[in-house]
Amino acid sequence: MGGLAVKKRILLIVTLLLSLITLTACQSSADRGESITIVGSSALQPLVEAAGEQYGSEHLGKFINVQGGGSGTGLSQIQEGAVAIGNSDVYAEEKRGIKADQLVDHRVAVVGITPVINKKVGVTDLSFAQLKAIFTGQVTNWREVGGHNLPIILVNRAQGSGTRVTFEKWVLRGAQAKQAQEQESTGMVRQIVATTPGAISYMAFSYVDKTVATINVAGVAPTEHNVTTNRWQIWSYEHMYTNGQPKGLTKDFIKYMYSDTIQEKMLPQLGYIPVGRMQIERNLNGQVTVPK
Amino acid sequence: MDPIRESLLKVSHQAKLERRGRLLGLFCISLIVLVVAAIFYFVASHGLATFYHDKINLWDFLTKQAWNPGTKDSHGVPAVGALPMIVGSFLVTIFAALVATPFAIGAAIFMTEISPRRGMQILKPVTELLVGIPSVVYGFIGLTVVVPVIRQLFGGTGFGILAGTFVLFVMILPTVTSMSVDALQAVPRYYREASLALGATRWQTIYKVVLRSATPGLLTAIVFGMARAFGEALAVQMVIGNAALMPHNLVSPASTLTSILTMGIGNTIMGSLENNALWSLALILLLMSLVFNLLIRLIGRKGAMKS
Repeated sequence: MGGLAVKKRILLIVTLLLSLITLTACQSSADRGESITIVGSSALQPLVEAAGEQYGSEHLGKFINVQGGGSGTGLSQIQEGAVAIGNSDVYAEEKRGIKADQLVDHRVAVVGITPVINKKVGVTDLSFAQLKAIFTGQVTNWREVGGHNLPIILVNRAQGSGTRVTFEKWVLRGAQAKQAQEQESTGMVRQIVATTPGAISYMAFSYVDKTVATINVAGVAPTEHNVTTNRWQIWSYEHMYTNGQPKGLTKDFIKYMYSDTIQEKMLPQLGYIPVGRMQIERNLNGQVTVPK
Repeated sequence: MDPIRESLLKVSHQAKLERRGRLLGLFCISLIVLVVAAIFYFVASHGLATFYHDKINLWDFLTKQAWNPGTKDSHGVPAVGALPMIVGSFLVTIFAALVATPFAIGAAIFMTEISPRRGMQILKPVTELLVGIPSVVYGFIGLTVVVPVIRQLFGGTGFGILAGTFVLFVMILPTVTSMSVDALQAVPRYYREASLALGATRWQTIYKVVLRSATPGLLTAIVFGMARAFGEALAVQMVIGNAALMPHNLVSPASTLTSILTMGIGNTIMGSLENNALWSLALILLLMSLVFNLLIRLIGRKGAMKS
């Protein structure tokens, strides 16, 4: 009896080992290609995901894994070398705790950000000073800036969110924002602004829909063309950072991001502005230059 | 050799099996202990860095009201006052437990004492169904139904402690109810029989005998529900408004430890003050769940001694 049980067990172990070997063999042959992981900015995630999928279908055996997690996650992961590419809405130099000199910046797209308000507010144009006064809490009723008699309800994105950093950089210019409610995602912000009378927030152009209203800032409308000429100043580059110069699949994929299929077809479809259409260039310190 | 002698001297097959089983069990247990210890170490090492490495005063952290780790206040000290979040977490937890307890105990009494058959056939499956609903669904219903209703009734934005309380109340109700049912069912049948034999009415039996002897179990159920409410992140985050402000009333946007934590963690860099401050919040959460656990233990032991 005992001998039989032992035999059975040995048989079982052998079978397990064999299947393990075959499995790993299978995997290694299917995985002959490579895969890279990209994490970071949730604003850039839809674009990179779509591009990664298309790249995977065009290049058999190559896999692009795309994850969100926020710009901070993207930058810290790429700094540690844990991933191939880290996505960020802000310059690496702007995040404290990041040693930007090791990172190589690839600016793949431009995103315009616009203030959005609830439709019942009754305001169509605000100056930068008025916008600043609203977000710092000096103005608390829409009546004071030409709207209806409604209390202003601020809706912010989470602290450190790329959209918020960009908006505050160009609107508040160093002033401290009033502490108000914060939301994690743009979708949530849109829903709240759409349903709360007197609400104001900000979001990327691509997220604006019929449920919320945009406003002109200092007479300039939030359009793609105004971003490309920098008449509309609230915009940011979308960065893909690599640790050192990219190699292999990472290099190929970044090249693919700059190709015409992505830049001219996919970007406008998803609401991003191709870097090639920018008539100006803006550096880390906000200085604007016209490239030749 | 004598087969009997042999079998007595040799370690038997059963004994070997038992030893192997014991080893396996010991291995699993130590793995779990190791994981728990690692989590504690990880959270504590990051959470305490705020105080040792970034030199934040622990008392300031617990009592100041300004939360904006990226900026400095007038004294040049980063604004990391966690009081609004701590207060928010405790308020939603306590309110949710206060609202849920009468409903849960009432339902449990109905299911065990008043109408066991119908209660077990209809109410129990319904409460069990509630347990299985993912928290994002609760949050979404809170956002699309509860928040607008509160906005119309009380003004403001509708986001705040009240909306959070309401969502958490529904979330912890099934947990508290099913644990209360267990507690009531554990009361020996002869307690009830003796009480009725003494001429007590059914209500007197329930109120003076069943509920009294089930008190430790009921308390455990409530504390369990509170622990769940305290740690819930997603659903609360969707309806509370996430403003790191002291709640002035029940309908002004507030925040909890969990909501600030989940929102901020992706936007911070490991090792920076902003990140460490969030880990400190996580440490508070961890310590609080430890407190809830100890409380449950304590109640269990006290109750056991009584009976």
